[in-house]
Amino acid sequence: MSTLFVSRERRHDKLFSGLVVGAAAYTLLMVGLVVFSVGRGSIDIFSAEGLEFIIQSNWNAVEGRESFGAFPYIIGTLLSSAIAMVIGVPISLAIAIFISEIAPPRIGTPLSFLTELLAAVPSIIYGLWALFVFRFWVRDLIEKPLYDAFGGSIPFFAKTPFGLDIFTAGIVLAIMIIPIISSICREVMRVVPDSQREAAYSLGATRWETIRMAVFPYVKSGLVGASMLGLGRAVGETILVTMIIGNVIGPSAIPTTFFSQGQTLSSLIANEFNEASSELHLSALIALGAILLILTMGINIIARLLVRKKIKTASGAKSQ
Amino acid sequence: MLISKILIGISAAILLATSTILPSATFAQNAVTINGAGATFPFPLIDTWRVEYQKVQPGVNINYQSIGSGGGVKQFTEKTVDFGATDAPLTQNESQKVPGTVHIPETIGSVVAAYNVPSVPDKGLKLSGEVLADIYLGKITKWNDPKIQSLNTDKTLPGDDIVVVHRSDGSGTTFVWTDYLSSVSPAWKEQLGKGKSVEWPVGIGAPGNEGVANAIKGTPNTIGYIELSYALTTNTPFAFIQNKEGNFVEATLNSTMSAVQSYVTTLPKGDGIWTDVSLVNAAGADAYPIASFSYLLLHKEMSTNPNLDQAKAKALVDFISWAITDGQKIGESLDYVPLPDGVVKLNQDTLKALTFNGQPIT
Repeated sequence: MSTLFVSRERRHDKLFSGLVVGAAAYTLLMVGLVVFSVGRGSIDIFSAEGLEFIIQSNWNAVEGRESFGAFPYIIGTLLSSAIAMVIGVPISLAIAIFISEIAPPRIGTPLSFLTELLAAVPSIIYGLWALFVFRFWVRDLIEKPLYDAFGGSIPFFAKTPFGLDIFTAGIVLAIMIIPIISSICREVMRVVPDSQREAAYSLGATRWETIRMAVFPYVKSGLVGASMLGLGRAVGETILVTMIIGNVIGPSAIPTTFFSQGQTLSSLIANEFNEASSELHLSALIALGAILLILTMGINIIARLLVRKKIKTASGAKSQ
Repeated sequence: MLISKILIGISAAILLATSTILPSATFAQNAVTINGAGATFPFPLIDTWRVEYQKVQPGVNINYQSIGSGGGVKQFTEKTVDFGATDAPLTQNESQKVPGTVHIPETIGSVVAAYNVPSVPDKGLKLSGEVLADIYLGKITKWNDPKIQSLNTDKTLPGDDIVVVHRSDGSGTTFVWTDYLSSVSPAWKEQLGKGKSVEWPVGIGAPGNEGVANAIKGTPNTIGYIELSYALTTNTPFAFIQNKEGNFVEATLNSTMSAVQSYVTTLPKGDGIWTDVSLVNAAGADAYPIASFSYLLLHKEMSTNPNLDQAKAKALVDFISWAITDGQKIGESLDYVPLPDGVVKLNQDTLKALTFNGQPIT
């Protein structure tokens, strides 16, 4: 009787572990397939143009004149994400500090819930809102005053703004990445043991000094990791960006001012993939995807390494 | 444990039953579904045809996916659909991949230059082809440039920058627009040429006709190109463009029809090469200079398409015969320009020449 039960459990165990291993293998397989097909698709353009593709600026799909280059879109991606980070990271940090250090729980809990609600909004809703409402606010309340004040003196502001440009894209991307960065920062700060804070207070530190001395050293790498994850999200954002960045192509896509139109790697793929019919054009678009993949993978790997280092430090410190 | 096993068994049984019973239910009705894909421009028309044709032939359902001209050509080449639809005829490269294609123009559209100039609230700003090309090349940058002002002495134009709008997605509308600019401006032809997507030197890109119309409405001092039907439905003012004879013509059903009329005798046969077919810059005192066909693509020997059997091929050909004759009146009420008689005759000859396994279909 007992031997019957043992053998059934072993069978179920094997089945269960088989399913779980299969699921993990499936994940690896999918990543491998994506990398493989993106690589295979970009072979045409790289054999036609070599690595020049990455630094060229033209984008001509007309039959007989085909020539493609990814440079303006790499710049566009990096610039719009940079603006998003410059605006988004300080605000996320401020929100995280407020919720974890300063606010009483009855304010902190609903506030953290609300910020995470922002993350749940689909990005196309942001895009529609930006296109129909927000870009006019940005144009009239931020861009026009900046242009009037600095248009003559600083070349970065020397273009008549009308709302559909890299600047607006950066601002809306910032709104999108704030929930991610702030929730991770908040969690990472919460892990810091209260004994550290109490020690700082007992030495006579003010609230800001406590945060600076007791909390920040603990969570530095976690904060950087969170920002990198936000950066990864901003870099990959497609539909939102294509609705408000202006969609220019070719050499005119290299932004020279904050109010220039631009184009990112993902938005160009989204715009042209459906209609591209020539082999070289398709290959160029897939190659843009390859560059984007490498960029995002790199950012995510760095983020993972930093967050893991933070957890190791915290658990190591706790066990002391 | 036992209850969950029972539940799994029941749901499996239900799944099995529905997957076998439902398909046989559709077979029982003897319905034919014809699948097509392609250009967005004729989608409202084809969709209305789908509804109206069901009154003529209740068993026939047309399933059309408007994924864009390029997508339509791709799916047609890969034989995943029964017919393709495109605003631009097949290029040389594309025809090499699928020899034996016939083009059947099923409707006509025209592209207008829509604008948003606060001091010119109505349609009627006069523009010439060279001026439009220079605007899109970035050579004319202000609305009160003498080249524009001299054509419009009765209007006050602002000294603001012209904000140029073009398409961000590949599009048949872009193909027609750049075809026109190439034919009126040697500089444009040399620098940019014509295509579903070109390397715009200036301007912002918006997706789809709707996106361009929205960009024009939302930002002052803009100019952009959209299909006439979109300009009419969104009440966007558009320009009167100078035609070959020198007259400034408004885009209407009549002026577009007269443009097409002048090209009818030059069209190739259905199974010929349509790559260079162009209706822009037509001769004729009241011809509108930016008109174009929208085409349906079929295989001449229809059995080469594995999706088609004899019955489906006949149903498809019957539908197209109806669309190019009775269907044209329906198009008029939706602001689609009807085919002139010469083109209808050309199409009917093309349909007569279609075969299935060597046998004519009609």
